[in-house]
Formats: sequence, C-alpha cells, structure tokens
Amino acid sequence: MENELKRLKKIAIQIRRDIIETASFGKGGAIHVGPALSSADIVTALYFKIMHVDPSNPNWEDRDRFILSKGHAYAVLYSALAEKGFFPREELMTARALNSRLQGHPVLGKTPGVDMVSGSLGNGLSCGVGIATALKMQCRHARVYVMLGDGEIQEGMVWEAAMYAGNHGLDNLTAIVDYNHFQSCGAENEIMPLYPLADKWRAFGWQVMEMNGHDMADIVRGLSMAKEFAGRPVCVIAHTVKGKGISFIEHNNKWHVGRCTMDQHTQAMKELDEQETAVEAGLM
Amino acid sequence: MRSFEMEQKTTRDAFGAAVYDLAKEDPSIIALGADTTNNLGMGPMSQEIPKRVINVGIAEQNMMGIAAGLAASGYRVFAGSFAPFVAMRSLEQFRTFICYPHLNVKVAGGMGGLSASNEGVTHQCPEDFTIMRSIPGNVVVYPADTASCKVIVRELNKHDGPAYIRLGKLPFRKVFDENYHFELGKANLLEEGTDATIFCNGTTVSRSLQAFDVLREEGISVRVMEMPCIKPLDEEAVLNAAEETGAIVTVEEATILGALGGAVAEVLGENHPTIMKRVGLNDCFGESGELEELMDKYGISVESIVSAVKSVIARKR
Repeated sequence: MENELKRLKKIAIQIRRDIIETASFGKGGAIHVGPALSSADIVTALYFKIMHVDPSNPNWEDRDRFILSKGHAYAVLYSALAEKGFFPREELMTARALNSRLQGHPVLGKTPGVDMVSGSLGNGLSCGVGIATALKMQCRHARVYVMLGDGEIQEGMVWEAAMYAGNHGLDNLTAIVDYNHFQSCGAENEIMPLYPLADKWRAFGWQVMEMNGHDMADIVRGLSMAKEFAGRPVCVIAHTVKGKGISFIEHNNKWHVGRCTMDQHTQAMKELDEQETAVEAGLM
Repeated sequence: MRSFEMEQKTTRDAFGAAVYDLAKEDPSIIALGADTTNNLGMGPMSQEIPKRVINVGIAEQNMMGIAAGLAASGYRVFAGSFAPFVAMRSLEQFRTFICYPHLNVKVAGGMGGLSASNEGVTHQCPEDFTIMRSIPGNVVVYPADTASCKVIVRELNKHDGPAYIRLGKLPFRKVFDENYHFELGKANLLEEGTDATIFCNGTTVSRSLQAFDVLREEGISVRVMEMPCIKPLDEEAVLNAAEETGAIVTVEEATILGALGGAVAEVLGENHPTIMKRVGLNDCFGESGELEELMDKYGISVESIVSAVKSVIARKR
C-alpha cells in the first residue's frame, strides 16, 4: 500500500504540473487554476485507483462514470484523462482555444473520456442521477461519481437531485463536495455559508462521510468505503485547500482564474519537484 | 363554411398513448414527468410498466438532467411537463445538457400556446416555438389533433436527437384521421389555391380551413398548408408558395415574434421577398378564458385570417 500511495501521489504531482503548464503556455489563455488544483488529489485517486475505465474504449458501457459538475476545474479532468491515455498529452495545450477537442468546459461527445457536459453549475448531480438510474435499470454494476464545487451547491437544482437520489436509494452514486471554502467572488462564509453541510445531505437521505481531500491514504480509504453502503447514495465531503500544492496560489482566490508568468511557472515547478523528492523519500 | 367536431381526447392523451405503444416494442424507451405523468397521458403506461415511467416530482430542471443522463446511457427518453416550465424554467438544462450533446430526448410541452386557457398567463406559453426553435439541432413540432399527434410521435421517435412537441390542454377540433402523413420538415397541402397561401398548424388548422371556405365564397382562391414542423421548416413549400401565389399569411396560436411567422419571414426575406402577414398573438400576454374565446379575442379568429388574406392580396396588386 505504501508503494501504491507513492504512485498515486506522484501522479497527482504530475497532474498539477500539467495544470501549471496549461496555465503558463496553453493557447487558450487564463484558466481556472485554483479550482483545478483543489480537486487534483481526488481526481487522481478516482482515475488511477478507484474507477474502472478503459482509455482504449471510452464508451465502454460498464465503465464507471465521472461528472465534473464543477466544470470550471476542467484542467484537472483534462490532465487526468491525458495522463490516463484518453488523448495525447500535447493536446492539453490546446484547451479553450479554437478547433480544440478540449472545450472551455467539458463536453460529452467531444473529448474522449468525458461522460457529460458540465460547467453550468448545479446540473451535474441530476445528470449523475440519470446515469445511475440507467445503470441500475440495465443491471450494470458500474458506479457514478459526481464532483461538486462547494459554491455550486448554492444552486437549488442540486437539492432537487439530492432529494431524488436519497428517495430512490441510488447507492451506485457518490457525490464528492470539494469543500475549499471559496467561490468566484470570494469567501463562501461571507457570501452564502453552507453550514451545516453534512446535516443537509443527511437530511436528504444520504450517507455522509468526510475526508481530507489532500491526504491520499484518506482519499483512497474514503472512496473505497463509499462503495460499501447499500441502499443510500453517499456524499463525501472532502476538505480541501483552493490552489493546493503551489504556495503562492494556495488560499489565494485571485487564482480562481489566472495565467502564470515565467517566474511563477519556474517557482511552481520547483515546488512540485521538491514535493516529488519528498514523496520519493517517504517524507510526504 | 365547414365545421369541425370537438374531439373526446386531448393531444396529451394521444402523446402518452403513442409513447406507450412505442415502449411496448422498444425496451429502451423511458417516460419522464415532473408530477405531470398523468397529465401527459402516461397513466396507462405507468400502470402497466411502472419501472419505465419516472415521476421526478415537481422539479423540471432535475427532470432534464436525469433525462440527459438516461439518454447518455442508451435510453430513448420522452420527458414532459407544461410548456412554460419546460420551455422556460428548465430551458437551460434542455439546451446545454440535451441539445448540445444531441441526445435522444423528446420533450413534450403540455398546455402550450394559449391552451392552458382559464389557468391564465402563468400556465400559458405562446413563446414556446420562438424559444425552442432558437436551439441548434432541436426539432419543434405542433400536432393539430389526436390522430396526427400519434403519427407525429411515432415518426419523431425515428429521429435521433432532441425535439420539442407542443401539446394542448383540453380537446382540440378533429382535423385529420389515422391516414395523416408526417415527414420531418415537410408541410402538408390541405387545400390548393392561387391568390395567396396560408401556413398554419395546431389549433389554427381548422380555423384556416374555415377561412378558406369563407374566401372561396367570395371568389378568392387560397392555398392552405399545414406546417406541423416549425423546425426544420419546409423552406421549399414556403418558396413555392411565394412564387406560385405571391402572398403569404401565417396563422398560429403563438406570439408573432420569431415563431412560425418569423421563420417563414426569414426564408422569404433572404430568398424571395414576398408580401406577407403574421396572424398570432401580437406581442402581448393573454388572460384567463376558454381557448377559442382567447383565440378570437387575441386576433386569431377566422375573421382575422380572412381579413389578413384579403390585405395581402390587396397589397400584391
């Protein structure tokens, strides 16, 4: 397990490198850096440990599905799909630019491996409910993972879907809330707090778990455990740091959308290299 | 002037029955409603095959998202609620999550146009054609009665991709029988004529045929074409009518802004500028009342159609 965790941590670092590369040299201009970095560890665990997907057959009917409902974190999804082999890594630099398969927000049918349109906030959980319902009707054992931004769940439609999933006992559906406490305009607690977040999901009939969204052991344990509850959908509240992994981006909401200068790129890559060394040495 | 008898059933009943018939043959068909399954004629289907009729509760946006998820997993979905709610409240979900990835979801808007009648403006939706036809890849249809509705639903199911089908609330007047012919994007010639052409659909078909009779009495020869598809529009029928009759009137139980009349005007304006007049709701809200009373009051009466035809013919000379 130690080696397995080390492997996953290194992939997460590589995905963060991809995000910084795209933010520095991508043809599509500024990207949503902070929201991508905050979910990088969870997305890594999903694609490289938890989910069953096949890059050579993106439409495999028995695959697990992932919906990045917080679609503005597209950079983490595109990086994970590229690292997984759904399309060439070089294509990441085309994201958000003209004639790219990698649109400004994820699009079903346009990018191999993308399971649903997303980016218009508040919609992903309903789509996940539809897929989870379909999988049950088809007697397939695949699971559906929907990653929600914390700010996003201010949208009322999330709770329409939550009510449905709870009442219908969709135990093949896992919602993951990337709880980084920031939204576009600032701190969530100043704009529209979510407390008591776990109680809200419980009240809608969900099994609720909490985890440290940056501790790979905790993430793998949590997402593995989330498969085990029969009769109820699971909401995993993942405590995260917006911009996690890069010192000058962490907790800095100016990096909700941003473009790295050469100096910032150099600094970020240096930090990621140091993290990799620490992971290799078993110190992180 | 001919008369048309009132039907016993509604186009909502016909819609639900047609979906049920399709579902018996095709296990991939699912019906969805937002506390509207019974209102859309899905009652018998939900009795017989309850697992394939899902009532999501009063939550149209969630319904559209679920429909997208089901369709993305291989199902052919017929979802519906009342027109103002599916054409407006959950429009974004329909546009972004269903039409953009071109998924197989047909959405029914019950109580479309003014047909919500005494329910009032909150439940009426004369804007649905205009809104729905602006979405790329969407199909927009309006059946005139129960017989044509059944045929249209069956044909729509053969089309891969999204569609919006407008339904009424109470029974319409019977215009067609089971021999009704529907082809996506094609108009149906109902009466031949040379002085002008009327394009109509839904509840305005019977009124347009009555206007034809009144005009014939006066020696005016009018072509009457049913245009069940607002999108894709039968551009060829429009241009032929322009060339052969030289004057066009569109008649619809909808706003005149950007609906059937607007679509016809776009084609004519760009290809064959022709004298035309749009008969419909003149950029105003309706009110409570019986459907036929409302159509009379808001400028969609037989007299309005007759007068519109005379005015375009007069301008032609």
